[in-house]
Amino acid sequence: MDLKIASASATDAEREAVDALLGPPPEATRGAARGARDHRMARGGASLRAMRPLMLPVLHAINDRVGWLSRGAINYVSQRLDVAPADVYGVATFYALFSTTERPARQVHVCIDLACRAAGGHTETDLPAGTHASPCLGLCERAPALMVIEAGPSPTRAVAGPVTRAAVRAIADGAACPAEPAVHAAVPQAPNDALVLLRRAGRGEPSLASYLASGGYAALRRAHEIGPAAVVDEVVASGLVGRGGAAFPTGRKWAAVAQQPATPHHLVCNADESEPGTFKDRVLMESDPFGLLEAMTIAAYATGCERGWVYLRGEYPRAEAALRGAIAEARARGWLGARIGPAGQTFDVEIVRGGGAYICGEETAIFNSIEGHRGEPRNKPPYPVEVGLFGKPTVVNNVETLMNVPAILAEGGGAYAAWGTEGSRGRKLFCVSGAVARPGVYEVDFGATLRDLIGLAGGVRPGAALRAVLLGGAAGGFVGPEDLDLPLTLEAARAAGTTLGSGVVLVLDESVDLVDQLMRIADFFHDESCGQCVPCRVGTVRQREALARLVAARTEAGVRRAGDLALLRELAQVMRDASICGLGQTAPNAIDSAISRLGVLA
Amino acid sequence: MSETTGLTVRRSVSLSIDGEAVTVAEGTTLLEACRARGTEVPTLCYGDTITPKNACRVCMVEVEGSRALVPSCSRKAEPGMKVRTDTDRTRHSRRLVLELLGSSVDLSLTAHVARWNAAYGADPSRFGPDAATVAQPVKRDNALYVRDYAKCILCYQCVDACGEQWQQTFAIATAGRGFGAHIATEYDAPLPDSACVYCGNCIQVCPTGALMFTSEYDMRAEGTWDESRQHRTDTICPYCGVGCTLTLHVQDDRIVKVTSPSDHSVTHGNLCIKGRFGFQHVQND
Repeated sequence: MDLKIASASATDAEREAVDALLGPPPEATRGAARGARDHRMARGGASLRAMRPLMLPVLHAINDRVGWLSRGAINYVSQRLDVAPADVYGVATFYALFSTTERPARQVHVCIDLACRAAGGHTETDLPAGTHASPCLGLCERAPALMVIEAGPSPTRAVAGPVTRAAVRAIADGAACPAEPAVHAAVPQAPNDALVLLRRAGRGEPSLASYLASGGYAALRRAHEIGPAAVVDEVVASGLVGRGGAAFPTGRKWAAVAQQPATPHHLVCNADESEPGTFKDRVLMESDPFGLLEAMTIAAYATGCERGWVYLRGEYPRAEAALRGAIAEARARGWLGARIGPAGQTFDVEIVRGGGAYICGEETAIFNSIEGHRGEPRNKPPYPVEVGLFGKPTVVNNVETLMNVPAILAEGGGAYAAWGTEGSRGRKLFCVSGAVARPGVYEVDFGATLRDLIGLAGGVRPGAALRAVLLGGAAGGFVGPEDLDLPLTLEAARAAGTTLGSGVVLVLDESVDLVDQLMRIADFFHDESCGQCVPCRVGTVRQREALARLVAARTEAGVRRAGDLALLRELAQVMRDASICGLGQTAPNAIDSAISRLGVLA
Repeated sequence: MSETTGLTVRRSVSLSIDGEAVTVAEGTTLLEACRARGTEVPTLCYGDTITPKNACRVCMVEVEGSRALVPSCSRKAEPGMKVRTDTDRTRHSRRLVLELLGSSVDLSLTAHVARWNAAYGADPSRFGPDAATVAQPVKRDNALYVRDYAKCILCYQCVDACGEQWQQTFAIATAGRGFGAHIATEYDAPLPDSACVYCGNCIQVCPTGALMFTSEYDMRAEGTWDESRQHRTDTICPYCGVGCTLTLHVQDDRIVKVTSPSDHSVTHGNLCIKGRFGFQHVQND
């Protein structure tokens, strides 16, 4: 490409950060000093176009090193990846963790989302100077939480929770982030032999040796013995459906990819867990990273993939460290790479760190993000099983979904299907947070009631009275105390007009201002809409405005706008009917449910 | 039954639109199928030289068995599809989308909008005077064309025309996110500092008048722009051997802007800076 690069140049630190990832620039057009051979040869074509997926890693490298993306840095990225500067800028400005204006190397991101504000954390209006408001950090069991990112030659990311207001102020003023509690603190049930998905929680630091000693890779061996088609059959027989929120049958997805004539096939593990109130995938990756790798290896074997990507949200440093360690160890010991297991499978995994965008958890936005584009969803059809990552047939599975696979292979699909109910097979993780005695991730058979689950979590905190439960996160719905006997199954949730979504069970007591929660949900979708389609881009703005007017009319002497409740319903319908992806389609759900089920703003 | 176009044989697909059986060539979009039978489906972001981005969501139709509505501009006809273009859901969706856009963007120069607002009962003012808009100062940073992003509906056509679908210049891209998403050069730099080559192909595809010849912009500002007094003359660009067709828009014996026919097999509506803007010598007094 003929690049026109403006005069700004990258600093030495910015160049070093990029070169550490890509190696030194090969020629003048790619950012090197002009040499004798320049202008006598030209490189281009596929080898340069193949650089584009390095976009996010390169932007992260600069951001980690200097804390922001200067004009010179973007010019250098443009030269190195052969992508126009305007295009690089478009990608850089899509992600909330990047900045195109100068800022201090140390950034304190304070979670202001549902669980944290319900726990008395900061809100957007009362943040201490020098901190930023952050959407849900996925630390809801330790709400309120924050994240500290410090750029430099040895960049650090750390999270902390619960943090008092005094602690937030101290950390904002430069105090170190307190150390994280042990991983299993988020799994009150652990250690416990009855657990399946969380069986390795509370069993010490993950290592390949301990993984193998506890039955690790037995499922992969069995998969290799029975062959890929039989693995797909087992998963179909298990009745497993996706745990990311859409509940699509996993076996059908695998079968569809396995039979695609186009090659290569790709596997993407969706670990961009960003739904407010959700933290199960984080806990799974932190406590059992080898389990995820084995599950991905089996999925790849069944569907004919040789490459897998874990798209991991950027706010999960400990999960990333656990996974990186596991990948390195698995590679070193032959569990990733060429000639894996009895069948001699070829498979490897790379981690793509997200840049702070809820939308990238959407199954097609994730492809655009991995490919180095803005994380905007694609129109469907074509579906990912036909045209996915790099235009090839692709399996996209959520972390929890994949973590069921070793158990399905070990127990047999039929035995797995015996767990749970007729319409919801197997085991399910719930992220219980809010006003319960022991918040955390809980593993149950499908069919446990909401009351059972809250009971497992030690019940509603002493002295607190239950007001509402948010199921499924911001894209989910509220239920009231009268719904406590709701069985937590897909079919019962559907029949009750709500959803399990990603497994959020946020318990809110009478002390929580539900209207404040609704405003935050409206803000969340307003902030996280990618902006591509009108119903979502403008609809989320109008939804927020209408809600704000209703809230203002409650407290001020202002005249209540009679039409605003009706307007919210009309907006909800167009967002559900006409948005490109699930973000816009679900953006009105929780607000709608609070108004219709709980009588909020009545 | 099949239809031969050039060297490719396209099979035919039978479906129903508004209850009537229709047969179209494989690969035909629902919008094309609707238009072929005379059914008007409104579109805003659709352009006939650009692959649809289906971003505006005005053209949504109902397809039996589909949970959400379907963008007719990009959904291909499939055998046995049952399509409805005029149901309560499609009307609601079009009305709301027209209201959402009309309340946030200046659509005063967008073709058909006033008629569609009337047809669908859309009232963009009902969100109140405080509804957020994309209003912003006009960008005038070069002599040839003006960018008034208060009129931008983010159809992405200029980005695609500048970039991979036609010009391969990539001077502009979508930046930001959500309601803050906007069309920008790198760091929102002025055009002369960007990679822009002033081909004006973005102006050609812009459906809302957000991108406009400076000549047209100034005449509109003076109140002298009058399309009823303009005539269009097709000629061949004199500058090089490609032979692009230029459509000269002439008012009061002066060229006021230049376009190219979008269905022209050479240009597909595209020109270069010379053909698009290099007409001053014709009218030097």
